[in-house]
Amino acid sequence: MANGTLTSLPDVALPSAAERPPTGGGGPLGWIRANLFSSVSNTVVTLLTLAVLAYIVPPALNWLVFKAVWGHQPLAACDAVRGQGACWAVVWEKFRFMMFGVYPFDQQWRPAIVIVILCGLLVVSAIKLFWRPSLIAIWVAGIATTFWLMGGGLGLAPVRSEQWGGLPVTLILAIFGIAFAFPLGVLLALGRRSKLPIIRSFSVIYIEVVRGVPLITVLFMASVMFALFLPEGVRIDQMLRAQVAIILFIAAYLAEAVRGGLQAVPKGQYEAAEALGLPYWKMMLLVILPQGLKISIPPIVNSFISVFKDTSLVVIIAIYDFAYAVKKSVETDFAWKKYFIEAFLFSILVYWIFCFAMSKYSQWLERDLARGHR
Amino acid sequence: MFRSERVRNILYQALLLAGVIGLGWYLVSNTLHNLETRQIQVGFAFLSREAGFEIAEKHIAYEASDSYLRAFLVGLGNTLVVAALGIFFATIIGTLIGIARLSSNWLLAKLASAYVEVMRNVPLLLQLFVWYGIFTELLPPVKESIEVGGWLFVSQRGFRFTWPAEHVGWSAAGWAFLAGIVLAWLWRGHARRTQIATGRQLRVGWPSLGLVLGLPVLAWAVFGAPTTFDVPALSGFDYQGGRVISPEFAALLLGLSTYTAAFIAEVVRAGILAVDRGQGEAAMALGLTPGQRLRLITLPQALRVIIPPMTSQYLNLAKNSSLAVAIGYPDLVAVANTTMNQTGQAIEAIAILMAVYLSISLSISLFMNWYNDRVRLVER
Repeated sequence: MANGTLTSLPDVALPSAAERPPTGGGGPLGWIRANLFSSVSNTVVTLLTLAVLAYIVPPALNWLVFKAVWGHQPLAACDAVRGQGACWAVVWEKFRFMMFGVYPFDQQWRPAIVIVILCGLLVVSAIKLFWRPSLIAIWVAGIATTFWLMGGGLGLAPVRSEQWGGLPVTLILAIFGIAFAFPLGVLLALGRRSKLPIIRSFSVIYIEVVRGVPLITVLFMASVMFALFLPEGVRIDQMLRAQVAIILFIAAYLAEAVRGGLQAVPKGQYEAAEALGLPYWKMMLLVILPQGLKISIPPIVNSFISVFKDTSLVVIIAIYDFAYAVKKSVETDFAWKKYFIEAFLFSILVYWIFCFAMSKYSQWLERDLARGHR
Repeated sequence: MFRSERVRNILYQALLLAGVIGLGWYLVSNTLHNLETRQIQVGFAFLSREAGFEIAEKHIAYEASDSYLRAFLVGLGNTLVVAALGIFFATIIGTLIGIARLSSNWLLAKLASAYVEVMRNVPLLLQLFVWYGIFTELLPPVKESIEVGGWLFVSQRGFRFTWPAEHVGWSAAGWAFLAGIVLAWLWRGHARRTQIATGRQLRVGWPSLGLVLGLPVLAWAVFGAPTTFDVPALSGFDYQGGRVISPEFAALLLGLSTYTAAFIAEVVRAGILAVDRGQGEAAMALGLTPGQRLRLITLPQALRVIIPPMTSQYLNLAKNSSLAVAIGYPDLVAVANTTMNQTGQAIEAIAILMAVYLSISLSISLFMNWYNDRVRLVER
């Protein structure tokens, strides 16, 4: 016992502050140490990243915010700070054109209401409380009101669809696109999982061909070939053609999203429905689809996000959607043309707000639905 | 009889078939009638006629007097080049960002996720417009080109850079470089087989480097060791000499790679997260460095999860390259568009477009399926 081990204890030097194990956690300093300076390589990465940020962020902020021209200001104000600050005045100057395109100026309150209605439709559809058959009625009412406000009639001055433009057109193309493509997509998904060979092969061919080609080719087809497909004298306007093309295009992607949901429905559900003697359509409508569609909501929302972004491609067949209205608003005005970056950044911000909100919603929904399954 | 399921099934299918055929017949007869009244000849005969339009960028020799078929081939070449390079760069950027998102460094991880959230939530078309606008409007005019190190000249007309002058030695070095990559790849396979068979570890790193760098130098020296370069020089209104990357191509490539990279980053991140934690811990316990852990343990297993969604990202990139038409890069769609406007052969041009894109999609799928089979977990 008394061999000196205990007495030698004082000789052992306590670890110096640097050698002591980290106290871990506790206050912002602990957090900083754990997340930014936990090791040599981590510290190097942090310092390098900070250096890059220090190089980029202050000039970027200066350009974007501090030296920028805000509010409705004349061109001269922008020219004065050209190169040092952004010219957000271009957004104020061209705001009406960017938002509504060539829609008659004194009637632009109508598309403004349409934007509110369509955003309202999106919000309402996102709330679970409204996930019931009456949602379809809300959609029908929303779509009908949208057409009445945009197109006129019944007391409103008529506006031809060639004059529709801006954000309402983007929203219409995307929202109506997904609304009309949805039933088609469900049918295609059912067809692809059908036991009947002809129905299955038609569905597979349609889905795979459409998914194998870019949207642009489908839009070209709609823009050039629809005129040839129809009997002589029948003309449908450019906007409707693009809308049909987008519907046909998304249906294939929706079909795949729905098919994933259908496949995730346990086999026992099919067997139970068959054991009850339900015929095919009753089995699908009452047992399988309600469960399968619920599972496929997140991928459907993701398809909607990509559709929303992809509607910008109608620029190529010269339809005044939001992207084209923004592009034209600066391109056609020689004086303001040099501030195209600011205009594009504004449109990017608008698209981003829509898509980011929807993607966050989709992620939340996925977690929420997964929790419900447990 | 209608109660019999078999009869009903046949009836439904017969109805669908009749409906599709009927619709098809209706559309075709309308189309034929319309074409007749517009006096447009149906068929692909127009492909051999003279195209009569210039194409600014080409990887195949082409002049305005060449046929439409050749113009389509030039467009296809441009599409394939930009898609292949786009896939290459998007994979690199995407993988780096995906790994950065999982970094233990908070700052880096947040920056990477900010990149992903911004890039993937903005339409690609707008991103292309911005890049193209920057390259064509904000860069200085040709006369005031930004000169980088005397070999790169940046202006509104693109990026013009010094390139080895026409000489057999330079081309030999180029081919030797490619041969070196192939040989290094083969050597790697040989080393792996040797290790599996005998347990002996052959060196891979240095011999590969030697092959990839040494062979070109050797070929260059053997074939006359040329030292002449084609340096761009201002003559008249534009630079002459060297090689040039057009603003259209640069904008398209940059836009495609940075946009798709955001999606690839998510795919890579999900793949890495799918690898069991125990694998990383076991690797750590074996004393592998973090780099080795990622390269030898995590990534090979993550690849199995990554490849299927990665395939669809590659397909998306290839299809998105068709947005080239919006910024004036002469890809397949742009050529088809010009052809349609000149000849009125819309149906044929669109049929070609769709057939080509379907083939590209199919080829990428087939290749990726083959690769997927190779890296798939072989269960014993």
